[in-house]
Amino acid sequence: VILDADRFLANERAAWEELERILVVRENNAPSPLTVAELERLHYLYLRAASGLARLRSNSGDPAAVRHVESLVARAYAEVHQSRAPRARFRPVRLLTQDFPRAFRRHFNAFLLSAGMTLAGAAFGGAALLHLPNSRPALMPMATLLEKPTARVAREESTQAKGDDPLRNQKSAFAAELMTHNIQVAILTLAMGVTWGAGVVVLLFYNGVTLGAVICDYLRDGQAAFVMGWLMPHGVIEIPAILVGGQAGFVLAAALVGWRSRESRRRRMAQARGEIAFLAAGMAAMLVWAGIVEAFVSQYHQPVLPYGFKITLGAVELLALVAWLARGGSAARTSDPEAPNGAAR
Amino acid sequence: MTVLESSLVEIRTGEGVTFTLPLAGPASRFLALSVDVGVVTAVILCVQSLIGLIPAVPADVKTAVLVIGWFVLNIGYAIALEWAWGGATIGKKLLGIRVADARGFRLTFSQVLIRNLLRPVDSLPVFYLAGGAVMLCGPRMQRLGDIAADTIVLRNTGEPLAALPGNEGRRINSMASHRALAARLRQKADPVASRVALDALRRRDSMESGARVRLFGELAAGFRSLVEFPEESTLHLTDEQYLWNVVEIIYGNGSPVRQPQLELPVKIA
Repeated sequence: VILDADRFLANERAAWEELERILVVRENNAPSPLTVAELERLHYLYLRAASGLARLRSNSGDPAAVRHVESLVARAYAEVHQSRAPRARFRPVRLLTQDFPRAFRRHFNAFLLSAGMTLAGAAFGGAALLHLPNSRPALMPMATLLEKPTARVAREESTQAKGDDPLRNQKSAFAAELMTHNIQVAILTLAMGVTWGAGVVVLLFYNGVTLGAVICDYLRDGQAAFVMGWLMPHGVIEIPAILVGGQAGFVLAAALVGWRSRESRRRRMAQARGEIAFLAAGMAAMLVWAGIVEAFVSQYHQPVLPYGFKITLGAVELLALVAWLARGGSAARTSDPEAPNGAAR
Repeated sequence: MTVLESSLVEIRTGEGVTFTLPLAGPASRFLALSVDVGVVTAVILCVQSLIGLIPAVPADVKTAVLVIGWFVLNIGYAIALEWAWGGATIGKKLLGIRVADARGFRLTFSQVLIRNLLRPVDSLPVFYLAGGAVMLCGPRMQRLGDIAADTIVLRNTGEPLAALPGNEGRRINSMASHRALAARLRQKADPVASRVALDALRRRDSMESGARVRLFGELAAGFRSLVEFPEESTLHLTDEQYLWNVVEIIYGNGSPVRQPQLELPVKIA
């Protein structure tokens, strides 16, 4: 019981001010590890403030003082009770070469689901194009693709043979627009995981429908070399990147739903967040590469760039991607304490 | 953690002490977002103007820089600032709000990242309607990104500790020298009335002047009726000055309140 509220405030003020000074230092700067004595001191001051808060409350203390001490206790609580690894330095090379591929492999089933949704959409899009000829305008994602494939191929090849560059003085801007647009689409796919995965399924299926329809359109018209040369250099990276976005979305959805899990949703989400961050980082890096290749390589056709060269380039990229995702980080020690949660990155 | 009412979240510590965190309302969050959008737009316009001043840079590259700059700022602005400033952006700082872990812990980077990566869903179909609807329906004012990241947005409340009534700017306490009368005043004074007088003096600046004069007059009259001090010690004292003297006698024994030195083992600089 506080017999004299103001004497109590005067007695405690120095301890509260000291606690606040410690908290300001630790909140505003990259905190260095505390010594045992400093830890004991912080803990002592936290307990003293918590005790003071309880006494102030039970004696209808000055509301301003209660709010102040309450704020101190809340801040100190975070410092005292949170157990986590110290902040690791941001290491982008390690993130891309180790953390991302490992996270990809840990959630490979989610990637397969993502790929399955896209393939189902592609099959639907292809079948709709072949069996419902009137659906072509609705299936094509861009107005420029409504042109008959043979006509487009002839037009673009002849234009480029004359030395006309379709992206003269626009390549950088075009690459930038492709990158940012594709990353936005991939982020939206990831974010749709919060709809318990339903939005991810819809986006991946729709993406597959347009992709399947375009490929079928060109194959049906006898333009297999053109469509492979056009899509493969960037598509072998871009499409898997969107699938990784879907994979991250499914990881998020699985953590939210928690099917057959005995852990709390909070715990599941804490584990999933680090994994999603790794997948998002890898996805973004892949789409940056895909944007550059699409602007500087994919839009140039025979005779400027022979289809054989473009298809080979796409195949090499695909092999490199598979090697990266399958082997990346496997040589490093597997018991990395940061890997599962990644919270401190 | 308990939601006490629409604007407060209560957290119980392991020591059994509870503290409350005041949630930020949708209006302040929307205003903070508007400020942040304004800041991002202003930065992009500045970059555009600066790039325009460099004639050697091709138009193609200028466009690319602007497109990528806009995108990186749009996505990275909130992530970078919330991480660096403990949950605040410029807009949030101006509005006095910040993002925090829903359990009262410090934010982790993955929390900041996820809550911002989920903005596209929250902003569907336009103007954050989806996120706003979820926020208003939930008990903790969380948009979808907050739910996934386990974060809440709080009002900052760390108000400074109110100063005890001092004697700054006043003459010495003319009534305290009458020790016997001062002792009788301490004995007779009703604790509740003393408390009211103390709080009234602390909050004098927040009161409308007419109401303040009336309140101090009534309180001073109450204390005057308890003990009659010699006329020379109260002559020319206003009701407020009289109350200062009374409060100082009751709470401070007529001398400035001394802060005792704590005998604690270690000091952290």
